[in-house]
Amino acid sequence: MSVLEMKRVSRTYGVGAAEVHALHDVDLTVDAGVMVAVMGPSGSGKSTLLTIAGSLEEPSSGEVRVCGEELTKLSRNAKARLRRRSIGYVFQDFNLLPGLTAAENVALPLELDGVSARKARIAALASLDELGLGERAASFPDQLSGGERQRVAIARAVVGERQLLLADEPSGALDSVNGEGVMRLIHAACKRGVAAVVVTHDAQLASWADRVVFLRDGRVTDQTLPAPGPESLLTQGPGQ
Amino acid sequence: MSVRHALLALLSEGPKYGLQLREEFEARTGEVWPLNVGQVYTTLQRLERDGLVESDGDDQAGPQKGFRITAAGAQELTAWLRTPSDLSSPPRDELVMKVLVALRVPGTSVRDVIQVHRRYLVELMQQWTRIKETEVEGSESDVSLGLVVDAELFRLDAVVRWLDAADSRIKRAAAEPVLAEKATAEKATAEKATAEKATGTTQAVPRVRRRLGARK
Repeated sequence: MSVLEMKRVSRTYGVGAAEVHALHDVDLTVDAGVMVAVMGPSGSGKSTLLTIAGSLEEPSSGEVRVCGEELTKLSRNAKARLRRRSIGYVFQDFNLLPGLTAAENVALPLELDGVSARKARIAALASLDELGLGERAASFPDQLSGGERQRVAIARAVVGERQLLLADEPSGALDSVNGEGVMRLIHAACKRGVAAVVVTHDAQLASWADRVVFLRDGRVTDQTLPAPGPESLLTQGPGQ
Repeated sequence: MSVRHALLALLSEGPKYGLQLREEFEARTGEVWPLNVGQVYTTLQRLERDGLVESDGDDQAGPQKGFRITAAGAQELTAWLRTPSDLSSPPRDELVMKVLVALRVPGTSVRDVIQVHRRYLVELMQQWTRIKETEVEGSESDVSLGLVVDAELFRLDAVVRWLDAADSRIKRAAAEPVLAEKATAEKATAEKATAEKATGTTQAVPRVRRRLGARK
């Protein structure tokens, strides 16, 4: 099932001579259980693509469906509900609320959606547990390491029944081992059926994805083909 | 890849047979570099000739022959580990050549050439990452495989980054016609100067070499 479907999506800013095409006729479909990475230089439209997919921004033209619902046809409230229930975000700088504990940060989107505080807390603890942070549930963000903070952000993004995970440079300023840890978690979420779109300029992060889409000047210019199994590398071996 | 030093490293743990050395070599390198047994024995012969290992002698022939590292061998191994690999002169990189050539072939979009290579590299990286994903996570015995895979990923990543940088450098040059004109004028002068010696396509390389003061 397609969790995200973008058809001929364009986004322009400004008018006349100052008009800028941030996105131009972009098609992108992501099925449940699949991770897609979007690679491109800064200014290529990566972040715009993500905010439109997350219904935080309207496309100038084109169609966006999330979990089968066409975003342009939804009311403001319905869109907000869809965002709270079905879409999780991971940002570059984590965006945790400093005054809330790890568990409270993760429970927040559920509580905003009307889930009782007790149920939200149970779900939050389960999500933190899954990411190996059960012991840190009562810690505040400034008591956590960078890697831990990002894991809390991922827990918050996948808590409940989220079906679409959107991540913008999710490894932020983490070192490569912690960055790899972030990608392993997103990958694991996809194995449980979540669809993910990860925007990055980092090829090592992108290589965790099932498919890599290349964006240039607001257009999808290319994408990777399904890879042959890793056996092909091991039998050939490098430097032969 | 120095098989010679890898064998010395394995022997530094204690005496071993040829076949055993081959198996351990493959296991320790995550089985990414297959090694044939003939290669093991020729290398051992040379190491013995150079006094870096010693064997049980000729009466124990074939697979039953054991090998030990000598004091000179241990010294050689330590020295090798601490000697930085020679990375001082730029390698003659085929991809760099292709991009330089693409800039000059009429009707060729250099950015398309770049993208073909970028996609290929990312696909390769995806394959390496699959290995990490399926085989490395959580198992300590696979640290060597993890190290080998990381080395490949970082190497490929560096090439992708170079392509990204090339891409934006070319884009910027095209967007700034004044600079581009200047560059063309410069290029023309340089071409005149080296017209006899260099073919147009490889010209940038001698220039780099001259600037680095590197020898041929």
